[in-house]
Amino acid sequence: MMRFRFTASAIDTESARRELLDGGAGGYVSFEGWVRDHNEGLAVRRLEYEAFVDLAVKEGERILAEAMRRSPVRRAMCVHRVGGLAIGDLAVWVGVSAVHRGEAFDACRYIIDEVKHRVPIWKKEHYVNGDSGWVNCERCAAGSNHARAPARSLAHRAHD
Amino acid sequence: MNAQPPVHGLILAGGASTRMRRDKAALEYGGEGQLDRAYAMAQRHVPDVFVSVRADQIDDPVRARHPLIVDAYTGGGPIVGIRSALARRPAVAWLVLACDLPFLSDAVLARLLHSRDPARFATAYRSAHDGLPEPLCAIWEPAAADALARWQAEGHDCPRRFLDNHRAMLVEPVDGHALDNINTPEEYARARAAFDSSAAPDHMQIKVHYYALMREQAGRSDELLDTVATTPAELYRELGDRHRFSLPPERLKVAVNGEFSDWLRPLRSGDVIVFIPPVAGG
Repeated sequence: MMRFRFTASAIDTESARRELLDGGAGGYVSFEGWVRDHNEGLAVRRLEYEAFVDLAVKEGERILAEAMRRSPVRRAMCVHRVGGLAIGDLAVWVGVSAVHRGEAFDACRYIIDEVKHRVPIWKKEHYVNGDSGWVNCERCAAGSNHARAPARSLAHRAHD
Repeated sequence: MNAQPPVHGLILAGGASTRMRRDKAALEYGGEGQLDRAYAMAQRHVPDVFVSVRADQIDDPVRARHPLIVDAYTGGGPIVGIRSALARRPAVAWLVLACDLPFLSDAVLARLLHSRDPARFATAYRSAHDGLPEPLCAIWEPAAADALARWQAEGHDCPRRFLDNHRAMLVEPVDGHALDNINTPEEYARARAAFDSSAAPDHMQIKVHYYALMREQAGRSDELLDTVATTPAELYRELGDRHRFSLPPERLKVAVNGEFSDWLRPLRSGDVIVFIPPVAGG
């Protein structure tokens, strides 16, 4: 069973949660990433996600396996959207069930952090002012002060 | 980028092939006709490519499967072909290629396009043999049209002397044989032998898939390349020149055959490459 998936339609969190039910688990933690109406000082209208699915699924599976090695997690999953999304839409969902709550929180945090930095998924933001751009690729290349610092640190992470 | 004329491709196939004693456009290397080969190569670098022909060649099947530009002036010869293209699309510069350059490579074309100076009448390679411009692997700018007409009106018909007399932008050659042309049956036999022994190791078929920013800058989702690049790093440099990628390679990762790879891994024919710009999931 693939524990890291993409979907082009709305993420069904209820059925995803059911896949994590486990008699040995004492707790469940989930994270939902939502489309926000602003980023780096600009008002965002909508966005698009695009993924290099073959490699993204392999890297996503590796991250989930790492999370399960690091702490005694029972089950873990991640579902990521691709295609066009509107403000408030659910972009990514991570769920973890574990024996104790501490491991569930830790693993959930580890998975979402690593997914953001390592999995080949790209986000194009369309702004209220009519501009658009690929996050971490364009505004930093153009020398925008606000975008530069986070983009640099992300670039370093991406090359670890 | 300031606004400069876009570049289209023009493959010259109107020659009489007198010394070859058979139609040069139909000569084959590696099982492919050389006109088709030149056409496909130009198409990997510029969007619109035409074949320059004389009026009596428009029904020839080797030529007619491509979009044609028929000579609009009398006299024949390469200058007439180039002038006809410049007249047909006055706001366009032309990447002009003779059809009989079997050793031409993508790297040679990428370098020429990268070195282009649109303020000159043309950008051309300097011949490795005599130091003169090579007019039939060159970019001809719209501004050259009037000067070419005057040049012919004065009774000249040599495009090489035209470029020598009109300050063409000259690019230094990398490979001394890349622009060798083939005029006689003896040269053809030698070229075929050299091609058959060298084509396999030197040229590789590489598939590139593009995503996100790279897809937008390349203007396509994928392409099949005939390349002399030996590593993903060299391939990125070659494609960066052609597609004007904005990101330096140190900002990217690369995948070969669906897995992250080192930039210096040797490429093999059939490899599938993806350049991975900074990611932004979540």
